[in-house]
Amino acid sequence: MSRQAAIELKNITKTFGNIIANKDVNLTVYRGEVLSILGENGSGKTTLMNMISGIYFPDHGQIFVDGKEVMIKSPKDAFDFKIGMIHQHFKLVDVFTAAENIVLGLEEKGRYNLKKSVKEIQKICDQYGFELDLNKKIYEMSVSEKQTVEIVKVLYRGADILILDEPTAVLTPQEIKKLFSVLKNMRADGKAIVIITHKLNEVMEISDRVAVLRKGEYIGTVETAEANESILTEMMVGKKIELNIERTDVEKKEDRLVVDNISYVNHEGLKVLKNVSFTARSGEILGIAGIAGSGQRELLESIAGLRKLSDGTIVYNNPQTGKKDYLRDKTPVQIRELGIRLSFVPEDRLGMGLVGNMDIIDNMMLRSYRKGKSAFLQRKAPKDLAEKIIDDLEVVTPGATTPVRRLSGGNVQKVLVGREIAAAPTVFMAAYPVRGLDINSSYMIYNLLNNQKEKGVAVIFVGEDLDVLLQLCDRILVISSGQISGVVDARTATKEDVGLLMTKTGGENDGE
Amino acid sequence: MVVQIIQRAVMQGIPLLFGSTGEILTEKAGNLNLGTAGVMYVGGISGVIGAFLYEQSVEVLNPALAIIIPVLACLLGSLIMGLIYSFLTVSLRANQNVTGLALTTFGVGFGNFFGGSLIKITGLDVPSITLTRTSLCFQKSLPFASKLGWFGDVFLSYSFLAYVAVAIAIICTIYFNRTRSGLKLRAVGENPATADAAGINVEKYKYLSICLGSMIAGLGGLYYVMDYACGIWSNDAFGDRGWLAIAIVIFAIWRPNLSIVGSILFGGLFIVHNYIPGLTFASQELIKMTPYVVTIIVLIVISMLRKREFQPPESLGLSYFREDR
Repeated sequence: MSRQAAIELKNITKTFGNIIANKDVNLTVYRGEVLSILGENGSGKTTLMNMISGIYFPDHGQIFVDGKEVMIKSPKDAFDFKIGMIHQHFKLVDVFTAAENIVLGLEEKGRYNLKKSVKEIQKICDQYGFELDLNKKIYEMSVSEKQTVEIVKVLYRGADILILDEPTAVLTPQEIKKLFSVLKNMRADGKAIVIITHKLNEVMEISDRVAVLRKGEYIGTVETAEANESILTEMMVGKKIELNIERTDVEKKEDRLVVDNISYVNHEGLKVLKNVSFTARSGEILGIAGIAGSGQRELLESIAGLRKLSDGTIVYNNPQTGKKDYLRDKTPVQIRELGIRLSFVPEDRLGMGLVGNMDIIDNMMLRSYRKGKSAFLQRKAPKDLAEKIIDDLEVVTPGATTPVRRLSGGNVQKVLVGREIAAAPTVFMAAYPVRGLDINSSYMIYNLLNNQKEKGVAVIFVGEDLDVLLQLCDRILVISSGQISGVVDARTATKEDVGLLMTKTGGENDGE
Repeated sequence: MVVQIIQRAVMQGIPLLFGSTGEILTEKAGNLNLGTAGVMYVGGISGVIGAFLYEQSVEVLNPALAIIIPVLACLLGSLIMGLIYSFLTVSLRANQNVTGLALTTFGVGFGNFFGGSLIKITGLDVPSITLTRTSLCFQKSLPFASKLGWFGDVFLSYSFLAYVAVAIAIICTIYFNRTRSGLKLRAVGENPATADAAGINVEKYKYLSICLGSMIAGLGGLYYVMDYACGIWSNDAFGDRGWLAIAIVIFAIWRPNLSIVGSILFGGLFIVHNYIPGLTFASQELIKMTPYVVTIIVLIVISMLRKREFQPPESLGLSYFREDR
């Protein structure tokens, strides 16, 4: 099969102020292939693709489409060259129907006739095997349906070069399978497909070739068949790193936190948690898996004392006093006054965890200001702590007095996790602690969680990457629409088991 | 008497209809123009200036010119207001609320200044400008309306601008829902980043709909002076009709066809106190308050229904910059 280049990039460079997002990138995408673009956070993957789809304009360098040099100045130009991009944050109008979103901005001849367009769109759906209700409003759709709308949209515009920015980040394993089979159909149809990702297993599964970027620079392209995960990681990070998570067994386990039959009704009157019961043990990582928004957030916040439950009890077995403490209906301050050391890394880091405009030292004080005796702040101890965290966790920051908001996502997370661990907790809860973090930082966080576990802390870890959950946790609690649909042993369960439980509705707690 | 109340309600409602339709068009592009009160005021005084100059320059009015000149003057005045607002909020991305409020203050001041100046030029003792001759041209209604009994009185007795207002509102409804360009405009107001990625020129749509919206709203000011007030301009007589128009936008849940009903209803609530016998001055004011109470009730009902279609355009009040991250 002779390969025909769809897009060729030559010496593309783009800077934002002083930051070099891409430097002299050379890249070729062929027709009838899936090319993965792999790189850590901030390696310039999305910026590069945004230049092909007309969102940004390169500072210098050339772009060739089908062998001809082109200028892509706007998204409209990109459409004219049959380039379509599916953005990580969907570009859809919520109150429009799928069909309205798909025809939006398209210059067609003749009168505006949505019914006729719907028929044509349906044809595309049938051709590639998409299941989609075209008259459904976007705000009523699941994430996976929205993504389908995005893909159909670019196909309807006649795109034959498709760019997908982290398409699997929000999907369940079943949905990912469906997406990949659709992508394979399109590849067979001769389309050029570029997929941006940082999940290695997906790269291996779907792509024909892999291009690697590191810190804005193009490192190289390899045939997937000749690559393996450790080669790719090395290219991506620039050094060899250990990708295995070591799961140790802690001998002495105690029931630390017993959650019994709790229910929570939110302010819209919806029952977000329904009769949830589970036990978190010391020296164990309890994973919580589930589709985003299934009640994970509410569950952790209920334990932390931030939500008022309608039913059930939460019991804490205090290792110091040996007594049972009842946590329900207590505020975070009351919980702390009982001598319970509960640490919580919320998913909304800069909203609930840290104050963006305050510096690292001040953010340390948010947890310890009550210890002060005089009316004035004592900044010595928090300053030491801040510096220790910056050293230990390799936080990249100009200094301890830099506002947290200016740090990158991974570094913000390190500051937060570092502060929570410094409180020497007995229960450590983390919601999506590696969301948006690159491989290096992610594994550092996993190791920190493992350390906590070995110290006898009861760790509760809400994650989205099932591979990681299965490797890291001891047990996995699967939550589906606010109910526990199952608890599995992470050592024996498979991804498919967990994936099925995630979509199961009306599941019961079938124990262990 | 019912017929009379309806007639008065419609005449009271038409300026509100112009204002609210213009504001809906603006808000559909994602821009909340709180300057509508000022825009309408400027529209009114610009029309007055045009009519005044024309009346001063000729002995006998040509009926066509007597209408065209004030209308053009009014459109020009309100267009300039629209341009100021769009330049500040779209190109410079200034805060829309602050810009709008400033525009209202500016518009009222502008109107009062030129109103006062014209009054001085006429040299009369009364604090108002009288443009009865122009007003008579504006007030012409269909000649056979009065022969059709109550039907003619209720539906056909108004001057041409009233029908223009209703027509614009209907055209806007069709435009929003049945045209490709209307779909694009709504996309700009809902989610400009999406519209941009779909190849829609966001700035162009915002400018066009703000400017057109301002011109439509400006006509409301002109109708008020020439028809409702019979060609008599006095400073501050326009009252808070601009704010009422913004309230109608919410009442009509951003649909121009509903704003026809809303405007006439609000117009009726505004004047109904004249027809209730035995009211004191204080209780009149209470009844004049009802439109605002109705708006608050509508707001409560809308937020209880939680239906996305009843919500304002999603990015209303936010400015858009493509390379923002």
